[in-house]
Amino acid sequence: MSNASNQGWPLYEVFVRAKAGLDHRHVGSVHAPDDELALQHARELYTRRMEGVSLWVVRSSAIVASDPASSDALFAPAQDKIYRHPTFYTVPEGVDNL
Amino acid sequence: MSQQEYILRFADTALIASQRLCEWVGHAPELEEELALANLGLDMLGQARKLLVHAGSFSEPVQSEDDLAMHRSIGEFRNLSLVEQPNGDFAFTIVRQVLLSAWQELLYSELLHSSDEVLADFAKTHLPEVSYHWRYASTWFLRMGDGTEESHRRAQEALDTLWRFTGELFTVDAVDAAAQSSGVGPDLTQLQPLWLSRVATLCNESTLFLPTGKPSRWFGKQGDHGEALGFLLADLQSLPRAHDGASW
Amino acid sequence: MYSQGLDNLGDLPPEQEAELVATFQARIDAEEKIEPKDWMPARYRHTLVRQISQHAHSEVVGMLPEGNWLTRAPSLHRKAILLAKVQDEAGHGAYLYSAAETLGVSRQEMVDDLIAGKARYSSIFNYPTPTWADVGAIGWLVDGAAIINQVPLCRCSYGPYARAMVRICREESFHQRQGYDIMQSLCSGTDAQREMAQDALNRWWWPSLMMFGPPDSDSVHSDQSMAWKIKRFSNDDLRQKFIDITIPQAEHLGLNVPDPDLRWDEESQHYEFGPIDWEEFSAVLAGDGPCNEERADAFAHKYEDGAWVREAAAAYAQKHTTQSKGKS
Repeated sequence: MSNASNQGWPLYEVFVRAKAGLDHRHVGSVHAPDDELALQHARELYTRRMEGVSLWVVRSSAIVASDPASSDALFAPAQDKIYRHPTFYTVPEGVDNL
Repeated sequence: MSQQEYILRFADTALIASQRLCEWVGHAPELEEELALANLGLDMLGQARKLLVHAGSFSEPVQSEDDLAMHRSIGEFRNLSLVEQPNGDFAFTIVRQVLLSAWQELLYSELLHSSDEVLADFAKTHLPEVSYHWRYASTWFLRMGDGTEESHRRAQEALDTLWRFTGELFTVDAVDAAAQSSGVGPDLTQLQPLWLSRVATLCNESTLFLPTGKPSRWFGKQGDHGEALGFLLADLQSLPRAHDGASW
Repeated sequence: MYSQGLDNLGDLPPEQEAELVATFQARIDAEEKIEPKDWMPARYRHTLVRQISQHAHSEVVGMLPEGNWLTRAPSLHRKAILLAKVQDEAGHGAYLYSAAETLGVSRQEMVDDLIAGKARYSSIFNYPTPTWADVGAIGWLVDGAAIINQVPLCRCSYGPYARAMVRICREESFHQRQGYDIMQSLCSGTDAQREMAQDALNRWWWPSLMMFGPPDSDSVHSDQSMAWKIKRFSNDDLRQKFIDITIPQAEHLGLNVPDPDLRWDEESQHYEFGPIDWEEFSAVLAGDGPCNEERADAFAHKYEDGAWVREAAAAYAQKHTTQSKGKS
């Protein structure tokens, strides 16, 4: 048996757009030997119940992810900038359309 | 009567194709292919059911899809010989599917203009399905032909074996001629060059040779079947025939 | 691919590891989800890989007992439903392998482990389906028991597993109903059909109760899994719930549940039931069930027979490195 079949096909991450106007959302993964079959496999696995109108697939190995160990450094600084959120402000009674 | 027989040809072709695809479930070469083959089978079954109901509506009294599927004998089935051929290996199934889907896609495109409104409506709904089947099967056909030596050999063998059943797809007999003259169906001979060019292009891309063998002169669509269909029907019909009159 | 978290803590001083474990447990206690790259104890990872891969294998092997009725379904309507259902099981196997792969184990390794006998699938699929009524009984009882087991897993502490289970539970909602629907048709049919239905209930009742696993007193993995919120209810509690739900359904069908000790207990508001044959359970688990060998062979052959197909596709991909781009 060749190496290829011992290791199995590469892994792809799958993203589905449920309908026009929505973002593509990560739904899971499939195995496929190449991009074209990855799309086909994603179609078979993740759109059996009319779940989508568009598909993205990307090699899992191509995803660059942030490290949870540096979560604080990356994301905590935003926590004390509550003035970025509209609920921070009090709107005077009788003032509309703000 | 002749229109019913004409519709039964497409109905039975879809039904028997579906039954063969069902045999793959649980045994496909990879999990993703389980889903794909089952999807093809579901599409074929859905098509068969609609067409059987339509064919049954010509009977007096009307026959149901199950009357036709479960209670006809082998000589009454009108499917193409191509689809009753046993699955063989994955290459064999893929080659069979390529030959069938290329034909169904061309056929359904023509049926859009059928004078039989039910048939035209059917074609509109199910043309996208058979287009996808062509896409699926040709994708794999390429990988079989241009994959490894082994897959190439298996695909070429399958093509050589199945080729003689393709003559039937374009041979016009009295039933086809009647359908054509009443505007129900297309001229099958005109589909042949289109079909051949698609299949030849695909073979070329796949490094496979187009066979030159002689077509069979026995046609499933006229009720002349091989032995394999008998076993298929024994499976398909065993339960309703053992329990006559029962409903499920 | 998701990288493996740093759970190999042999080098860490014990107080530092204790701190990580404490933080981890605190997150779980606060109902936070654990995600693939988060730190997790090696045993948590190991437990999940074992459970999720077993779950995935069960979906895939579970296609076989029902799949062998696809070509013989008694009507085209039943055939279509069964084909969709068995196909879903392949899909659910795929979702679950995906979830397990986020823990750093490949699908191929999991499959190899199953073929080598190092991994398991649910023992229930070692029972045969000699009649059509077995397809009904599997949907009604086996899927029914599975739903009771699976619904709490939608809240499992491990994010990818919980998300896969949400999708699976949503899709499986029709599986049990189609099974009960088959039983209803049989029970309102001919004498022979009713007999078939009763026979199938006799065959599947006790194995279904065994699906919830050994009694709490003997369950080895339970306590830790509860603390980690991989598991939320005990085996015995879930089993009781299944029985309480299912008995009225059997009565509605006019079938007899094969347990002479079965009776409603007014005080506890639960059904009391007879002793479960745990020896049979152990025997089937150990390989002595009616179909263990058939299932293992079918699974192994499928992978062997498919090897040249997977190789061909990989070879093609290698030759055509400039891969076609998806059009969006």
